[in-house]
Amino acid sequence: MKKRPSIYGLMAEFEDLPSLLAATHRAHHTGYRHMDAYTPFPNEELSELLEGHHNILPKLVFAGGVIGLLAGVGLQWATNAVDYPINVGGRPLISWPAWIPVGFEMTVLLAAFATVLGMLGLNGLPMPYHPVFNVPRFALSSQDRFFLCIEADDPLFDRQETRRFLEAQQPHEISEVEH
Amino acid sequence: MTPDASIDEQGQALPASLIGPGHTFGTITEKISSIVLSRRTPTWWFLTFGVAFLFMNLMLLTIVNLVFRGIGLWGPNVPVGWGFDIINFVWWIGIGHAGTLISAILLLLKQTWRQSINRFAEAMTLFAVACAGLYPLLHTGRPWLDYWLFPYPNTMAMWPNFRSPLIWDVFAISTYATVSLLFWYVGLIPDLATLRDRSTNPVGRVVYGLLSMGWRGSARHWHRYEMASLLLAALSTPLVVSVHSIVSLDFAVSVIPGWHATVFPPYFVAGAVFAGFAMVLTLAIPLRRLYGLQDFITDRHLDNMARVMLATGLVVGYGYMVEAFMAWYSGSLFEAYMMLNRFAGPYAASYWALILCNVLAIQALWFKRVRQSPALLMVVAMFVNVGMWLERYVIIVVSLSRDFLPSSWGLYAGTKWDWGMYLGTLGFFLTLFLLFIRYLPMISIFEMRTMLPESKVETEEAHA
Repeated sequence: MKKRPSIYGLMAEFEDLPSLLAATHRAHHTGYRHMDAYTPFPNEELSELLEGHHNILPKLVFAGGVIGLLAGVGLQWATNAVDYPINVGGRPLISWPAWIPVGFEMTVLLAAFATVLGMLGLNGLPMPYHPVFNVPRFALSSQDRFFLCIEADDPLFDRQETRRFLEAQQPHEISEVEH
Repeated sequence: MTPDASIDEQGQALPASLIGPGHTFGTITEKISSIVLSRRTPTWWFLTFGVAFLFMNLMLLTIVNLVFRGIGLWGPNVPVGWGFDIINFVWWIGIGHAGTLISAILLLLKQTWRQSINRFAEAMTLFAVACAGLYPLLHTGRPWLDYWLFPYPNTMAMWPNFRSPLIWDVFAISTYATVSLLFWYVGLIPDLATLRDRSTNPVGRVVYGLLSMGWRGSARHWHRYEMASLLLAALSTPLVVSVHSIVSLDFAVSVIPGWHATVFPPYFVAGAVFAGFAMVLTLAIPLRRLYGLQDFITDRHLDNMARVMLATGLVVGYGYMVEAFMAWYSGSLFEAYMMLNRFAGPYAASYWALILCNVLAIQALWFKRVRQSPALLMVVAMFVNVGMWLERYVIIVVSLSRDFLPSSWGLYAGTKWDWGMYLGTLGFFLTLFLLFIRYLPMISIFEMRTMLPESKVETEEAHA
């Protein structure tokens, strides 16, 4: 088993978004991959740089929608056409146009659950404890500061080397992130 | 593009008038979160809450009395089997629709002015749906058996009839309430993290911490978060249209004169958005004044909402014309009589009051001076709140009181318990809303941060 690094990583705090973007670009260019940026609002460029375009969330949502539709239509068929057939004025038992509303609502319901649970699951939330919270100033990441954390399990990570790299990006402060 | 937007060096329009001058990420965070985190609750809050709470207790009293003594406490009876219960149900559900419109449809249309009003509009949706749901649940007469509405295997070996619009309603409203709650909660997560990080109160830190699920603003998380918001918006958009369409089908699928009309779904959806924006204005105008939020909910926001209200109001006015035209053009004696009965029957005063509120009063919104004046806008919004209630009153009561057989005609009026329930749900709504603005950020903090030009930077590498 690989030895667990003694710290989680090194974190640099920036005062504005352009500095964080520039530092993240340079870190990526240098070859760091195990890193994450923390910001008080979404930024597309950062996400693309760190995560790329791939995202399976839409596929999960589509699957949720299809399951919802099949469940909704299946429910109506099984109950109103098979288990408890209701003859209304001789209309066909499989009167599918009347099934559209419930089929649609079930599609939306399950797709919405897939969206929310999928987003939380893929993000690994809820996660009450995370090492980055050990940095006292990290509380500002949800307010008006911007953080870049290079993680110790990155192959290129070296406590001194990485610290020097981060210092060159002129951050407001650099902290070691305890586990 | 609006003429009052300023232009930056790249020729991009800045949303200048959507946020007051001189704000930074820090001041936005401070301003909105301090309303929640402050230890001092304003006096007006206690006063309003007291009144709202009193009315909520009137609702509880009505419900207890209703359950003990039976549904006869309310006015509906043969021939008018639907009264205040369905009127208020439709009224509340309609109000909810503006919240979803603002949060979902305006998000898909990239209308950034929605950022400062979506949070409390969504809360309004949730609370309005909660009020709406009470009416049909109690109107069953035996609310402890309401689970019979859902399809579940039971010893009676029976299933609901899925050809009935009433069961569509069950699915539509419960889906709508669930999805609205999910959407609202997802939107709150980053702001709950902000409150967790800013709260000095240990209880607050734990509660907001648990609710924020350990959100840490990671760029990877934001990526999926933004995707999820867009997908939820895309799902909510057809959902909101379907919900009021299905509500309208409760009427349109029947054969009652004045209900059996193909115009109902679009006409109801437009009416819902119209009523909802009136309620958003009714809440936003006092809120922004009491909390000094004119920098975030600017005059331009009010102006935009007034425009949406005018546009949807005109659609509703068109709906009234089509109803009258179809009643004549159908050649049906009963349809034609229903319309004459609306114009000049026992409920004519309600009909003409509705035309005054929903058609005439909103014409004032053509004038910029009215749209820019919070006081005048508030007056117009009040007209619409009343007008949309009257619309449902007229549709339901006039048609039922005189349908096909003159021998079975009869008049209807709400009893004091009907009024007690209506005023009670107003109190219930206001109670929930006041608790919401005290304990949760009423404006989305992280979305307001993205309104600042500093959040829109791009590096040269991005284009490489």
